[in-house]
Amino acid sequence: MTNSNTRLQVMWNRLLAVVEEQGQALIRAAFSPIVRECGDISAGIFDLRGRMLAQAVTGTPGHINTMAEAVKTLRGRFDLRDMRPGDIYMTNDPWIASGHLNDFLLMMPVFFRGRAVGFTSCTSHLVDLGGLGMGPEGSDIYDEGLLIPPCKLVDGGELNALLMAIVKANSREPVANEGDIYALVACCETGARRLAGMMEEFGIERLDELADFIIDTSYRGTVERIGDLPKGTRTNVLKVDGYERGIELHAALTIEDDCILLDFDGTSGLSAKGINVPLNYATAYSVFALRCIIGPDIPNNAGSLAPFRVVGPKNCILNAQPPAPVAMRHTLGQMTPDLVYGCLSQVLPDQVPAEGASCMYDLPLRHVPEAVARGDTQFALELVFSGGTGARPGLDGLSATAFPSGVWGSQVETTEAVAPVLFERRELKPDSGGAGKMRGGLGQHIELRSSTGEDFMLFLSVERVLNPARGRNGGREGAAGRICIGDDRPDLPGKGEVRVKAGETLVFETPGGGGFGDPRARSRQDVERDLEEELISDEVARETYGFTR
Amino acid sequence: MNIENGLRLAVDIGGTFTDSVLADVQGRIIASTKTPTTPENPALGALEGARRVMSQADADWSKVMSFIHGTTLATNALIERRGAVVATVTTEGFRDILEIANERRYSPYDINLVKPDLIVPRSRAFTIGGRMNAGGHVLRPLDEASVSRLADQITACNAGAVAICLLHAYADATHELRLRELLKALLPDLVISLSHEVSPEAREFDRLSTTIANAYIQPLIAGYLGEFQTRFAREGLTCPILMMTAGGGMSTMETAARLPIRLVESGPAGGAILAARVAAETGAREVLSFDMGGTTAKLCLIDDFRPQTARKFEIARAARFIRGSGMPVRIPVIEMIEIGAGGGSIAHVDRLGRLQVGPESAGSMPGPAAFARGGADPTVTDADVVQGLIEPGRFAEGRLAIDVDAAKSALERVVGAALELGAARAAHGISEIVDGNMANAGRMHAVESGKDLGTRLMIAFGGNGPLHATRVARRAGIERILIPRDPGVGSAVGFLHAPVSYEIVRTRYVTVNAFDLDGLNAFFKEMTAEARAVVRAGAPEAALKQRRLAFMRYRGQGHEVEVALPDRTLKESDIPDLRRSFEKEYSRQFSRTVPDMPIEILNWSLQVSTEPRKPERYPAPTSKRQVRPTGRRSILCDVTGEWCEADVHDRAMLRPGDFLNGPALIIEPQTTTFVSADFSAHLDSAGNIWLVRNPEEKP
Repeated sequence: MTNSNTRLQVMWNRLLAVVEEQGQALIRAAFSPIVRECGDISAGIFDLRGRMLAQAVTGTPGHINTMAEAVKTLRGRFDLRDMRPGDIYMTNDPWIASGHLNDFLLMMPVFFRGRAVGFTSCTSHLVDLGGLGMGPEGSDIYDEGLLIPPCKLVDGGELNALLMAIVKANSREPVANEGDIYALVACCETGARRLAGMMEEFGIERLDELADFIIDTSYRGTVERIGDLPKGTRTNVLKVDGYERGIELHAALTIEDDCILLDFDGTSGLSAKGINVPLNYATAYSVFALRCIIGPDIPNNAGSLAPFRVVGPKNCILNAQPPAPVAMRHTLGQMTPDLVYGCLSQVLPDQVPAEGASCMYDLPLRHVPEAVARGDTQFALELVFSGGTGARPGLDGLSATAFPSGVWGSQVETTEAVAPVLFERRELKPDSGGAGKMRGGLGQHIELRSSTGEDFMLFLSVERVLNPARGRNGGREGAAGRICIGDDRPDLPGKGEVRVKAGETLVFETPGGGGFGDPRARSRQDVERDLEEELISDEVARETYGFTR
Repeated sequence: MNIENGLRLAVDIGGTFTDSVLADVQGRIIASTKTPTTPENPALGALEGARRVMSQADADWSKVMSFIHGTTLATNALIERRGAVVATVTTEGFRDILEIANERRYSPYDINLVKPDLIVPRSRAFTIGGRMNAGGHVLRPLDEASVSRLADQITACNAGAVAICLLHAYADATHELRLRELLKALLPDLVISLSHEVSPEAREFDRLSTTIANAYIQPLIAGYLGEFQTRFAREGLTCPILMMTAGGGMSTMETAARLPIRLVESGPAGGAILAARVAAETGAREVLSFDMGGTTAKLCLIDDFRPQTARKFEIARAARFIRGSGMPVRIPVIEMIEIGAGGGSIAHVDRLGRLQVGPESAGSMPGPAAFARGGADPTVTDADVVQGLIEPGRFAEGRLAIDVDAAKSALERVVGAALELGAARAAHGISEIVDGNMANAGRMHAVESGKDLGTRLMIAFGGNGPLHATRVARRAGIERILIPRDPGVGSAVGFLHAPVSYEIVRTRYVTVNAFDLDGLNAFFKEMTAEARAVVRAGAPEAALKQRRLAFMRYRGQGHEVEVALPDRTLKESDIPDLRRSFEKEYSRQFSRTVPDMPIEILNWSLQVSTEPRKPERYPAPTSKRQVRPTGRRSILCDVTGEWCEADVHDRAMLRPGDFLNGPALIIEPQTTTFVSADFSAHLDSAGNIWLVRNPEEKP
């Protein structure tokens, strides 16, 4: 009874386990803190045509479907007939891999009984690629570091030593980079070995039947869900802070019988700084957000992704073309879920949440430039904090929780153990959750200073300082983010470099999520609980929720 | 008391059954039984089981020289939320450690995700002034003037227990100790758990969560232990009772009452101890233990006869066993993965037409459809029944009648109809899915530890372990399986082999380039004194051994590598050895080292335990006698998917050296061992069943 549906399904489950194994192998060996803390990787298995069959469910959506497209691109770039066992291809081209230079993508053909049967691929975030370093200050891609066009990293098992030397010579963290590339190689090889092992075990010679089963099943399931939606086009505009000026993100979401089209037409043009977003990355977050509502139970693969199509005019800020700087593409990329939810909520008003903090509040800290010469403490630390998520139609938003990204927040004790900083406070900020029948999640209030009496540098690229998360259906907006030094000094902009002097306290407030529905409709019990837990003040309870004792 | 004919008693109270085992001093099992657990007063069920094995062996209570007890009470109290009203006290400015947690959603695509309820709402989260830094130096003194306000707040919210977790208390506990003293003076009846005693590791969220869990169950467990002790003393028990812990060791009643969080998951730990023991007896250095019961399956890697350990796990995972959906608890534990795959796991067809099995379980009430107790959902047991793998008249010591037709119709109605399959094909499909899931979970678990499954010996037990072992092994690429004696009461048997032990894992940040030897030696001295005091209480005269570990990593990495340290004061010359050991283990796991990367150590472990008895090695049986079956049954072959005739054997009648070929069923009172067609079986001189995959047969 080979290859009955249940047998194909057992193999599908195995493929899903194989990609998870691949992903774990990569995360365990990685050096980049963002990989370890956030699982900022992807790992997947592809058929011979380059169709993605399975992908590890990892921490951040930024890699979802960028890898699916990247493998197709590389597959088209190199001739299958030239590929040999033990070959591995590589690139970090932001427009092919995952939106900025730090993300390296590897692809390896898998051979079984002497014949190519498919590919494994993976992506991971490397710590440093030279240039101006991780930050929005570059004015073109050349400022941002080393770009490696698609090339062969490993030739028949033999690593291209010159290529590795170039990557190391162009980085401030050569050892970590080398370690991360080896981790990627190991990840590809693990996937290839496991895939071949699975084919051996199940006695199959090629992946075609399994691939068709996976892709057809997933495609059908997704299209069924799309078929349930009302047809037509809905539009939304999201105003965001930007760097040098405010930016408008535009979206038109068209639902047809068997597909969904998202068009960014009308979106503002490029920024002079590295907050521009290649389309592959904007697509990743947009489609992730849509798939959270439309068929979230279907695994990510070529079939479930096929019905979603995303376009945007060239050189709008969500379809940046080379040589635009893109290092901090996640700052706006992570805002695209709120953009598409503004469209989708018009179709599914009782399923789509209000806007949230969305952009992760990362806080890269470093010693001041002169510390090296003076022999002062040297350190580099990338702390990540989250704001509140938007209220859901039936539930309050989540306080201090990452969405859409899957980052983990930092712990105070481990941070203080390894870096010269001291936290004075880290608590939820009362009244920061947008009021509503369902309340938005609360942001955080954080205060920190140097623990050694030395100045330190801060590199900001955050959103929602000027444009807080909007509520939905009568829900109110969440509190804006806020960064300042000492409580009495003026607020700082959300992007740029800041020097925090010894003895000064940095105040860092993450945004709250928007509310959902009229606050006056919030149940008395919920308002009482919020009061008891001091999540809202008496004044807000009275004025906004109309609460009387 | 005469050591020669002294007896050892072990009682494991599980969710459904209480297992009792009586053994002689050599560990030979004299009697065992399964009795129903009595949730309203678990001590009663334990007493019933203990009385039964005592009377089976015609033994006298005065002969019982040791009594080991494990219970799911601690776990269940946390899952069912039956604990005390808890308040927390954290450092001023850090009221929301619990609410902020890791800032993370455990399920990336779930818009309507609800975070785990971590017991203490913000309205019972209080703070106090005073601040330590990471080095354990006081930056601001404890705000003693505010303690009376704090006491008022605690009283006002009706808290019966308090969890105190101050920043960096693992580095210096002075503030926590002083705060307890001051609060006790004002509120003498208050139960107080201190974070540095419960879990002295850095990471404030995990430590607070662990301290809360401890405080939450402390009053309940203290009451239970007192009651248990009294009842057994009244019965005639004269020896002290030792409690099984999650770390696989035993501790005294007093330690258990102070740190009840260490009692969670003690049953599964007992299973892993049994597997480790059997591994030692058979000389198997690489083992996967596979414990499959009615609701879940537990898998544990055992290397060099030692179960893999971890420093953290989660209790009460809400959604479908998803990582991150439970309450984190950071204590030394035997590392296991538990997945929702057991005999009671329910099968259904999802909207994509995919057959899914578990994690929802029919439990023991109503149970699988075949039990005919009102269960209508098709389960893994129903699939086994339809495939002919369970002999209806002999299930569960023959006490439970099996309704084959009920199993069939449940399969046809739910799975068959949706997938256009007959009952047999549906049953086969369910097995393939659930066995594949278990094998995949095992593969994943091995990869996460940098290990491989293929070369391992699987040791299978639990009510359903022996039945599914060959099918899971095949999918995991495992060739050899061992079914120990008394597999149905494996955890309780394991208790008999556990040492008295106590392990402390504590944080102290060190880089290998800047090693503070004196400080570190003083640090270990303190931990050693604490651990020895605890173990001595349970084993006043036994020889003790110690084990020290460092958890090391390259700077920037998250994954830590466990490295053993010499059991003595560290010297300058040990440091290069430490580096070498780390690099050796690192390259074993990752195939390379990273030459210029600094190495750092954040956590250290010290374990004190009694020496386990030397394992007996059994000689390999000399003959390979082909045995005659006691019967034949028609079964659906898991290899070919076709019906075939299988031999039926009675385990009690098999002797060392006996040999048989699959397909066959080996039946014993509490479980059945299924020998698939591509396996053969033989008995060793200890009575273990070995299942070996026939090399020529691959499907």
